[in-house]
Amino acid sequence: MSYISGVGLTPFGKLPGRTTLDLMSAAAESALADAHLERKDVDGLLCGYSTTFPHLMLSTVFVEHFGLRPTYAHSIQVGGATGFAMVMLAHHLVESGAARNVLVVAGENRLTGQTRDAAVQTLAQVGHPVYEVPLGATIPAYYALVASRYMHEHGTSEPDLAELAVLMRRHAIMHPGAQFREAISAQDVLASKPIASPLKLLDCCPVSDGGAAFVVTRDPTSDSRVRIIGTGQAHTHQHVSAAPSLTEFGAKASVERACSAAGIALDNVRYAAIYDSFTITLTILLEEIGLAPRGQAGRRAREGYFNFDGPLPLNTHGGLLSYGHCGCGGAMAHLVETHHQMTGRAGPRQVKDASLALLHGDGGVLSSHVSLVLEAE
Amino acid sequence: MSATSQILDWTAGAQGIAYQCCSACKAVWYFRRNFCPHCGSAPPEEKQASGLGIVHAATQVARAPSEELRPYAPYVILLVDADEGFRLMAHGDSALKIGDRVRARFITLAGKLIPHFEKVQT
Repeated sequence: MSYISGVGLTPFGKLPGRTTLDLMSAAAESALADAHLERKDVDGLLCGYSTTFPHLMLSTVFVEHFGLRPTYAHSIQVGGATGFAMVMLAHHLVESGAARNVLVVAGENRLTGQTRDAAVQTLAQVGHPVYEVPLGATIPAYYALVASRYMHEHGTSEPDLAELAVLMRRHAIMHPGAQFREAISAQDVLASKPIASPLKLLDCCPVSDGGAAFVVTRDPTSDSRVRIIGTGQAHTHQHVSAAPSLTEFGAKASVERACSAAGIALDNVRYAAIYDSFTITLTILLEEIGLAPRGQAGRRAREGYFNFDGPLPLNTHGGLLSYGHCGCGGAMAHLVETHHQMTGRAGPRQVKDASLALLHGDGGVLSSHVSLVLEAE
Repeated sequence: MSATSQILDWTAGAQGIAYQCCSACKAVWYFRRNFCPHCGSAPPEEKQASGLGIVHAATQVARAPSEELRPYAPYVILLVDADEGFRLMAHGDSALKIGDRVRARFITLAGKLIPHFEKVQT
């Protein structure tokens, strides 16, 4: 048994002058306040990484900077899945008795801390340095290859993909912290600048500055808490050239492990928080997990199925596509929003029932999968 | 290394596509390593691919990652299923579609030799 007793999130977007440590500190400060805890109560610290502040020991840098004295601390790296992987580890640390109050924190000035080319090139390094990167491949290109095959096999169209970008924007408009808050239409997505066919600019998440943090505790420390009841992972490859399939990744296996640990069926889930680095990422994850039939995610989005007031609310903060993506903190915003929904604190975006939530993140090119099941108290 | 030195490998600057296979379990793969990733047997056999295959996935990249590559954009990146049973990433002609039968030639991209596939006329 473990609880997420507090969460913290900065706005995402252009936050000039704020460093990785500034953004981590702001998020950590707010998560501790939310959990009604102080720095001295933190006995475990888990950090992600920052591409603008690459350091061998980010966790102990943060221990010193923020003023902590934990008995357990380190960083972990599984790309976009890092935030949820840290939660899974914190859950196990707390359950095993290795720590009582684990602070999980990430932040990065990924947008203003480097040039656009530097960001693109750094991220492209998740590709193979000998067999892929020299071809001029980029993260959008890797996902575009996946998209071309997936669309070929399952009949997904570019307008179907566009519906997911429109859905995320519809939700972001209601969140003051979101990077993009102007309404867009499917036509806008289709007409946006080509990046790597079939993906256009609005099929891709932005690069953002931002930070996010949680406190995972053995005992509840505040009234705003949710229980972690199941976690799971799956890892099948790193490079898209070596992926066993471009239509079946590890998502289903990972979610099945988390649901089985939680003792729930997928049908019981009332709120979904799913990684959406590109519209194709969200499409594949929804369909592989089973939250939409194959080839139907776009149609379901168009029909309002995933709206904040629909049958299965999804990423009601706007997701990576519109709230923004600051690296490890990107998907952590999904969890902060889920927490706000489950504790009745989502304001104008509040859904009717978020009693049981499924979260899923991926890192690399659908390479690393981590799933969480959370239950409201 | 004398047995492998005749194998042409574009990643070493020679016009050819190299791959590996396991003499114990017969697994075939592309990324070089000194053991079989399926059964662990070592050493693997080094082989020369024919350069023939089928397009498995394709994208046209409009946004190049660097100043150096900008002049080449847009360019097409493919995943090709080689006849020998492994998958590789390469460049290709812009009209190529999934399922097309293709053959490799070699081009220079920003000073580096890379494989580039074109349609086999049937």
